[in-house]
Amino acid sequence: MAFISSGYNPQKPMEGRITDIGPQKYDSMFPPVIAKNFGKWLYHEILEPGMLMHVAESGDKVYTVRCAGTRTMSITAIREVCDIADKYTGGYVRWTTRNNIEFITDSLETAKALRDDLNSRKFEAGSNKFPVGGTGAGISNPVHTQGWLHCHTPATDSTGPVKVVMDTLFEEFKNMRLPAPVRISLACCINMCGAVHCSDIGLVGIHRKPPMIDHKWADKLCEIPLAVAACPMAAVRPTKVDFEGKKVNSIAIKEDRCMYCGNCYTMCPALPIADKEGDGIAIMVGGKVSNRMTFPKFSKVVVAYIPNEPSRWPTLTATVKKIVDTYAANARKYERLGDWAERVGWQDFFKLTGLTFTHHLIDDFRDPAYYTWRQSTQFKF
Amino acid sequence: MKFETPLLDQLEQGPWPSVVSDIKQEAAHRAANPNGLDYQIPQDCCEDLLGLLELSYKDMETHWKHGGIVGVFGYGGGVIGRYCDQPEMFPGVAHFHTIRVAQPSGKFYSTKFLRQLCDIWDLRGSGLTNMHGSTGDIVLIGTTTPQLEEIFYQLTHEMNNDLGGSGSNLRTPAACMGMSRCEYACYNTQDVCYQLTEDYQDELHRPAFPYKFKFKFDGCPNGCVCAMARSDFAVVGTWRDDIKIDQDAVKAYVGGEFVPNAGAHSGRDWGKFDIQAEVIDRCPTHCMSWDGQKLTIDNANCVRCMHCIDTMPRALHIGDDRGASVLCGAKAPVVDGAQMGSLLVPFVKVEQPYDELKEIIENIWDWWIEEGKNRERLGELMKRASFQKLLEVTNTEAEAFHVKEPRANPYIFFKEDEVPGGFKRDLADYRSRHQR
Ligand code: HEM
Ligand code: HEM
Ligand code: HEM
Ligand code: SF4
Ligand code: SF4
Ligand code: SF4
Ligand code: SF4
Repeated sequence: MAFISSGYNPQKPMEGRITDIGPQKYDSMFPPVIAKNFGKWLYHEILEPGMLMHVAESGDKVYTVRCAGTRTMSITAIREVCDIADKYTGGYVRWTTRNNIEFITDSLETAKALRDDLNSRKFEAGSNKFPVGGTGAGISNPVHTQGWLHCHTPATDSTGPVKVVMDTLFEEFKNMRLPAPVRISLACCINMCGAVHCSDIGLVGIHRKPPMIDHKWADKLCEIPLAVAACPMAAVRPTKVDFEGKKVNSIAIKEDRCMYCGNCYTMCPALPIADKEGDGIAIMVGGKVSNRMTFPKFSKVVVAYIPNEPSRWPTLTATVKKIVDTYAANARKYERLGDWAERVGWQDFFKLTGLTFTHHLIDDFRDPAYYTWRQSTQFKF
Repeated sequence: MKFETPLLDQLEQGPWPSVVSDIKQEAAHRAANPNGLDYQIPQDCCEDLLGLLELSYKDMETHWKHGGIVGVFGYGGGVIGRYCDQPEMFPGVAHFHTIRVAQPSGKFYSTKFLRQLCDIWDLRGSGLTNMHGSTGDIVLIGTTTPQLEEIFYQLTHEMNNDLGGSGSNLRTPAACMGMSRCEYACYNTQDVCYQLTEDYQDELHRPAFPYKFKFKFDGCPNGCVCAMARSDFAVVGTWRDDIKIDQDAVKAYVGGEFVPNAGAHSGRDWGKFDIQAEVIDRCPTHCMSWDGQKLTIDNANCVRCMHCIDTMPRALHIGDDRGASVLCGAKAPVVDGAQMGSLLVPFVKVEQPYDELKEIIENIWDWWIEEGKNRERLGELMKRASFQKLLEVTNTEAEAFHVKEPRANPYIFFKEDEVPGGFKRDLADYRSRHQR
């Protein structure tokens, strides 16, 4: 391949350089009907799963068709989205905060034709390209992360588990039959890039073995004080070790204090932690970010460990399905999963879902742990 | 395909869109090269990426190396360098850096813009993206170091678009779609997001902070961009006058002409709409009543949770005296535990040129930049130095809305000047009254 210059001159790198211009202005690519009625919306309705109607003071109506995006997508897929937008919506399209794709039109007929077109598009191997749904009291797109596809600290994959979980819950994406929306998020390590700590169901990759220590490289590759400061449990300390007959500055880890968070590896490449049999997924439930009726809530760990089972993570998908089904059968209308679990009590959450309560689920992290124990005689037998 | 991928092939089954199918389609596109491009990174990089991922599926461990600092001149962030740990087996992804591209707030696009971006990335990158990163950026996954300046040059010169943020700096701000298509929006989330992104470009491109810092803008307490959970500085829309009630529309809900919650529960038979059970009794402060004819709200006791408005969007509307609350300190668990934003300012007007908001931000930055330890998020500094300190640096009087409940322990600090006589005491004077 021959190098093709863009016009950039590496001899004079600062010449003609444009900086600090930021993104496009938000309204520079509005569909005309959005520009016209900006800030003048009266009400909205969900006409059917995946199709919204917004009515403006002017009487204008816009129809939105929402379909799943895979987040990680090719330019071939983006170009296909563009073709669809050129054909139906005047060349405009948007993405949602959950990485779904929305097409907006002022005609109901166009919206219906668009819906049918989107639902008909399939990859050769059979999966839907742009299934319509994700509105109302159902399950929309999982917010997720990089996984084995592109990150160096994961304890599990991201796109794979999301795909198999959503295959299992696909009907809930296409329907609105739950008591309230169920937000699912996945993070492949405890950095929790995204929304795992505040979702109805959060899946998070965890390790179960302390890091290995590459004594040969620790002092060369890492700023050791940073690795020491990175540890929530103060399990990391600087030390001198005999390595191949020489005294070298390195790191020591108190294994009985380490809970395998991997943060020291984030700071120091000489502390690799990933492990085939050790790694897996913890399930958290009951978080929310909206202020509707109750305060926002953190999600809580209800399954300490599920092994990685690529490609289709059968234990994971069965467990998530069980949680969703139990919630759907027992919660009241408008009740988010966390609101339901708190109303019936976490004891009943475990009883109804059949999940096993283990010692791992009892908080033991510093002073606040105490407030999660039961300072009351109120409990159920 | 260059490699057998029996494990990944199983992810092509099932109804949910398959990323594996999509990457294969991109690999096929590059192999066919219909536009006759002189690809600037290996033509088979997508095949190598699948090969590498298949190996991870087999090994159940990541194959990305730790480390790698790359970028463009003039900036300290925006590009994340990465290298695979099996470069001989998968040379196409030996260098596979990520570029974060600043997105328009609300993520509205023209196909012209997207096609132009795809054309650049087709030639100079892998053809793979994330639409979008969870912070909001358009994420271009996978290119080599020599292409970074070329891509940046084209982005800025041809598309008038900049990079996003990474590192210990202001990250790319994001907003809910706000007034562009939502009747609940209490301020123009997209405009303030855009304006502050422009105003703080330097803080975004050149890391000068103890750690990362994120802004997010929600138009109302529903939190569609999750500002309260995912940003150090969350601006959440609200109002301080009365909820507007259209009594005829309320009757239309009660009569069944209008569907509750805009039809969000239509997939199941929940019975006839019962305004008493579904709205009045669910109001967290019990400040609503319904006498069979008329809905009344005791607005002084409303905490603006949105439930009644969400449930009857055609009958109830946000008030007219609008602004936002500011909540600070949200973060993920590392190191000290997860935090959500804590209420700092109950109400601020959010109007161009946003000076009031900027004053709060800059006061916080001055403090955090000075006092924050290396890799200490604002939320952690708040815990270490106290909420009182945050109030002090933002010139805010403590008020009861700042807490969910008052403290239960009596370990109370007083300022010396609050106590008559101060802290300097004379032991001899004490002993003159109390023998040893
Ligand atoms: C010393 C080396 C590294 C450190 C300390 C480090 C740390 C980080 C941090 C803190 C982020 C935060 C994400 C953000 O900026 O919002 C990040 C992003 C990321 N890092 Fe690393 N990283 C390192 C090297 C690498 C390498 C070698 C890879 C892969 C081979 C990698 C993969 C990623 C990915 C995939 C992202 C997400 C970026 C995106 O897709 O936008 N990192 N890294
Ligand atoms: C070490 C490698 C890391 C990688 C590869 C990584 C990857 C990413 C990516 C791709 C995003 C989305 C970025 C965007 O939209 O531009 C992100 C956001 C985020 N990262 Fe990371 N990250 C890393 C480290 C961390 C660490 C150390 C923390 C916390 C201690 C963290 C917490 C978060 C959070 C909470 C978000 C989401 C914020 C939001 O919702 O806007 N990440 N990260
Ligand atoms: C006119 C009304 C509304 C509009 C236009 C709107 C718009 C949106 C959009 C476009 C998304 C991304 C959706 C997706 O991809 O699935 C979203 C997400 C969300 N919405 Fe709304 N929404 C509205 C009402 C509500 C209501 C009533 C609630 C809560 C009671 C709510 C809470 C949320 C939450 C929690 C998210 C997910 C945020 C996340 O976890 O990423 N929204 N909203
Ligand atoms: S959650 Fe962890 S493993 Fe996943 S992308 Fe973020 S830092 Fe990487
Ligand atoms: S993995 Fe976490 S707990 Fe263990 S030593 Fe490293 S930083 Fe500390
Ligand atoms: S946060 Fe509120 S204003 Fe913004 S889109 Fe969601 S419901 Fe609308
Ligand atoms: S917004 Fe919430 S608190 Fe206010 S009246 Fe409605 S339900 Fe009650």
